Amino acid sequence: MTAALRFDPIRLPEKCEQLRKEVRAFLAEEIAAGTFDPHKPNREDTDAPEFSRRVGAKGWLGMTWPKKYGGQERSFLERYVVTEEMRVANAPTRRFFVADRQSGPVLLKYAPEHIKMEILPRICRGEICFAIGMSEPNSGSDLFAAKTRATRTDGGYLINGTKIWTSSAHIADYMIAIFRTSPPTKENRRHGLTQFLVKMKQPGIQVNPIGQITGQYEFNEVVFTDHFIPDDHVLGEVDGAWKQATSELAYERSGPERFLETYYVLTELVRAVGPNPDTRSAEGIGRLVAQLHTMRRMSVSVAGMLEAGKEPVVEASIVKDIGTVWEQQLPHRVRDLAAFVEETATNRETLERQLDFAIKTAPKLTIQGGTTEVLRGIIARGLGLR
Amino acid sequence: MAESDNIVVETAEKIFADLADPQTINNDKKNSWQGPLWQGLSEAGLPLSWVPDDLGGSGASLADGFALLNAAGRFAVAVPLAETMLAGWLLAQAKIASPEGEMTVLPASPKDRITLDADGSLSGRARGVPFAKAAKHFAVLAHGKDGVSIALVDATKARIEGGLNVGYDHSDTVTLDRVQPVTLKAAPKGFDQTTLMLMGGVARSLQIAGALESMLDISVRYSNERVAFEKKISKFQAVQHNLARLAGESAAALAAATSAADAIANAKVFDDEVYLEAAAAKIRCAEAAEKGGAIAHQVHGAIGFTLEHILHRYSLRALAWRDDFGSESHWAVELGKLVATRGADELWPLVASR
Repeated sequence: MTAALRFDPIRLPEKCEQLRKEVRAFLAEEIAAGTFDPHKPNREDTDAPEFSRRVGAKGWLGMTWPKKYGGQERSFLERYVVTEEMRVANAPTRRFFVADRQSGPVLLKYAPEHIKMEILPRICRGEICFAIGMSEPNSGSDLFAAKTRATRTDGGYLINGTKIWTSSAHIADYMIAIFRTSPPTKENRRHGLTQFLVKMKQPGIQVNPIGQITGQYEFNEVVFTDHFIPDDHVLGEVDGAWKQATSELAYERSGPERFLETYYVLTELVRAVGPNPDTRSAEGIGRLVAQLHTMRRMSVSVAGMLEAGKEPVVEASIVKDIGTVWEQQLPHRVRDLAAFVEETATNRETLERQLDFAIKTAPKLTIQGGTTEVLRGIIARGLGLR
Repeated sequence: MAESDNIVVETAEKIFADLADPQTINNDKKNSWQGPLWQGLSEAGLPLSWVPDDLGGSGASLADGFALLNAAGRFAVAVPLAETMLAGWLLAQAKIASPEGEMTVLPASPKDRITLDADGSLSGRARGVPFAKAAKHFAVLAHGKDGVSIALVDATKARIEGGLNVGYDHSDTVTLDRVQPVTLKAAPKGFDQTTLMLMGGVARSLQIAGALESMLDISVRYSNERVAFEKKISKFQAVQHNLARLAGESAAALAAATSAADAIANAKVFDDEVYLEAAAAKIRCAEAAEKGGAIAHQVHGAIGFTLEHILHRYSLRALAWRDDFGSESHWAVELGKLVATRGADELWPLVASR
């Protein structure tokens, strides 16, 4: 038996192509109406609540979820198409993306029924925004070193401590976070953490913005001081979050957002070099397109595995490892080639402005959502080395 | 293309395991294994997999044949199996029956051209032709004043200058000087040298992907055996991360190659989407051959650099296969030109076409 992982060629079914046309038409309308500028990834207003509601109205949020929770019971491959078209268009997905990708599926699996009935339809309507509370000042990749305490009290828990690097916490309505309910045991250092649904904008929660090197303020420090969480907001097993965390990873790590974050600079480079590129530009573009195509095939293949009910954690880690390294290098490779673009290229200024932003964005891509080092550790375990 | 659900692949893997065990053939300095292996493959009808029954072949599907090439890559098979398959496939495009014995195709590079003269003879030079020295016949794609033709040529009529590629396999220069072919027919409409190069490139991509799978396997195995600094080297994080990268390169190569094979197997015409699939596969697999092979060697240390170790059978062949039917540089330029011609706003629709 070979150790190599297979990514079978999955083709998107016909219904996906129909859906793709609908998404493109919708985005074209939004762009025409001035909701967002597809050439401007570095806009200030990354939060677009009205746009979020219109996406929800289209039925494109929680697409794969059961109808009774507001979902559409459509396939992962259809969701894939919506995700990639939004990403390539630089649509403002910040408000709904985390809930749709990650928080919703966690609630579906672990929340009590009345919470599901209350919250999931609101995600589907694009009304609410989620954040993820994992990292702390002294625990990042080492998730199970988290110290923020959830102490038992009447009818629930009191939370004390600090989460950090929490994207969108300043606009979020909810957070799914892990807190320490018991100390780790000698046998299992991962024991003692519990997953909670946190209602934001409540007493005992203070959100402090943190400036990023891009000039944006997307992530935050979130300080909890005797913040009360009721019992029915516990998600899954008390002290057993470690059993729940890994199954999310296949969803989180294999999507098109893991290689398309800086894609816009490639489009703009192709525009700048025009229809008759010199040999160097042609070769550079050809290689980048070949690499992009390969990652997309791998990523679609993982979507097919998810659709088939598998948990392709190692495959997803490979997609994120290769994908994020690629999207990190992309602005630099495009910059190499842009050096030869004619001064007269009409979009030269746009390309330069985009490169400026993409180059500043690049360092985070191999850190967020699981560092390259963590991913390679997971792959190594899959190979039987650990 | 799973290993177990394909009878063609199963048959081939049994033959490879019996007659092309990498360690056994690596120890055999006289190459006495080549005859029995070729005989075994021929008796199973594998070299003419892509030739329909009525043209003398075994009529396997394109998909099965591609899976067979991937398996051949996993064993780094060094007989003209892929070449004979491609030659049989090329001849079958013009309904020319395949003869018995080893064959190869020319040209094997997008830069070379064979011409068809008015008297029906073929002339031209083809470089880097794999296994030309071992071939009894050539399947030739030629350009005449009426368009593209496909011909079967007796190898003894050609001048062959022998050479070796990086992987120590024959890669020869074949010169045709007013050679009369055994058979010559017009190629089907739309079939040209680019079609042949794309098909050959996908064959090589699958072989490279197979070789990388084996490089990953033997590297993982070795890292679990070799002890240094009082522990297995597989326990060092630096080694683990290198092997994780090798797994990624191997997976990328396999994904690109099998996707391109699937695209060709289901294609009615070689449109831009098939072109993207095939060109991208050759580019990405060639890159993986370089990056992945380097890691496999790094993990093995000095022993992997010896002739007596089997690693080079895979690593050097994977590097050599990059050169056939257009290198990754060639295809990158061509793909880049295609993308530029279509324009910036047509790039994403091309990538997301399936």
